[in-house]
Amino acid sequence: MRSQRTLGRPPLVLVLPGALAAALLVVPLVTLVLDTPWGSFVDQLRTSAVRDALRITALASVATVVACLVLGTPLAWLLARVEFRGRTLLRAAVAVPLVLPPVVAGVALVSALGRSGLLGSVLRETTGLTIPYTTTAVVIAHTFVSMPFYVLSVEGALRSSGEQYDVVAATLGADRWTTFRRVTLPLAMPGVLAGAILAWARSLGEFGATITFAGNYPGTTQTMPSLIYQVLQTDPEVARTLSMILLVVSVAILAALRNRWLTTP
Amino acid sequence: MKTLVTAAVLALVLPLAACGGGDDGGDSKTITVLAAASLTGSFTDLAHRFEADHPGVHVRLAFDSSATLAQQAVDGAPADVLATADTATMDGAKSALAASPKTFATNTMVLVTPADNPAGITGFQDIDNSHVTYVACVETAPCGKVAAALIADNHVTTKPASLEVDVKSVLAKVTSDEADAGFVYATDGVAAGKDVETFAIPHAADEVTSYPIAPLTQSQDAALARQFVDLVVSDQGQQVLHDAGFGKP
Repeated sequence: MRSQRTLGRPPLVLVLPGALAAALLVVPLVTLVLDTPWGSFVDQLRTSAVRDALRITALASVATVVACLVLGTPLAWLLARVEFRGRTLLRAAVAVPLVLPPVVAGVALVSALGRSGLLGSVLRETTGLTIPYTTTAVVIAHTFVSMPFYVLSVEGALRSSGEQYDVVAATLGADRWTTFRRVTLPLAMPGVLAGAILAWARSLGEFGATITFAGNYPGTTQTMPSLIYQVLQTDPEVARTLSMILLVVSVAILAALRNRWLTTP
Repeated sequence: MKTLVTAAVLALVLPLAACGGGDDGGDSKTITVLAAASLTGSFTDLAHRFEADHPGVHVRLAFDSSATLAQQAVDGAPADVLATADTATMDGAKSALAASPKTFATNTMVLVTPADNPAGITGFQDIDNSHVTYVACVETAPCGKVAAALIADNHVTTKPASLEVDVKSVLAKVTSDEADAGFVYATDGVAAGKDVETFAIPHAADEVTSYPIAPLTQSQDAALARQFVDLVVSDQGQQVLHDAGFGKP
């Protein structure tokens, strides 16, 4: 309050656009809550289409997080700790899916792993397996769009925790794997957790890449966002209910992250 | 920093300026036609003919799934004419129609395979095989309702690998070789030309879809909207639709 007095009233030129920005972000969510037909909310949760979509979404998002932990952590460590040629280029490439329109991600995945894709056709000829139209395809699509969030978060944590502890561990006789397990990773744990939650949230909302690469079939590839898009064409009221379910989950994630984002430094 | 701010302001304002530029041409007028995705080819052609017959008039076309367009029409989207791929979606938009809809074309469903026919399909019955990957529209779309009826009529026991949101997505899955076969309209088969091989579906004649068209209440120029509808149902319009593979209304 004291700084308020010395600095004077906040100028309207900042207050008005700020209030407009806040309204733009908050009003649609409030209207979504108000428009939700709460009377039929629980009944909607019980329909088999919604149960299937919720199951696929939950399964895919958990598998995505596991894939990020197992594959993304080593990549983040390589980017943060190992000097090699083309590292800057690789880091830039890893960040591209962050800004890529999801539909483009889907088209790219089809060109690589589709039935007639570069790798997909080889896989099909040698093993007879095809990836599209399977839950595996959903997980691959989700991992493709979610991994950058995880890798960049963990890499940032690894860089800010510094290399000096690794050096100390090495002088005490620890090999690099032991150092990674006992020193580097525990220090980067906040970044690992935040990255995992970001990746999970991104996976929950994934739509474009999934419907383009994996397709849309109830029980195998239909996720909540795909179902919402489909239902919106015939029954907007049900679509609002389903959107509400995803909103509730998203807010729960934000609550889990509250220590990082919601408290001002 | 200053240039950055200028660039940001320009980026925000320029598209708005471009939007406002539509009325610059003196007495030029624009009518907007909302049309089902399967009408893409024929309505683009008809729009050019309409513009040739009405100097100074620009026809703006928006193609999407019928359900989406009908919803937009009811929500008061700035448009003049609505043409859908089935009567049910048109009935749903009843409150926005300025005149009762006229049926202007019919369509039947066919099975298409990629040009090289990777699954070696020789007729419709071949899709009833677990090694064949086929796709269809989702049942909430008109094309999906017909496909589901035909799958039931022909006692096909295998299920589609994916339910696409509109018929163009089904065709794309087939032409890109991501599916062995797909349920599309006869007109899509004609439009795809050499990219696909087309097979008749038994009982398809029992599941004919009718295409209705109607002017909208929110039209800014009711006369032009009516004239576009008249062109579509005229002999000239019917010839264009016939060439695209549509059946008679």
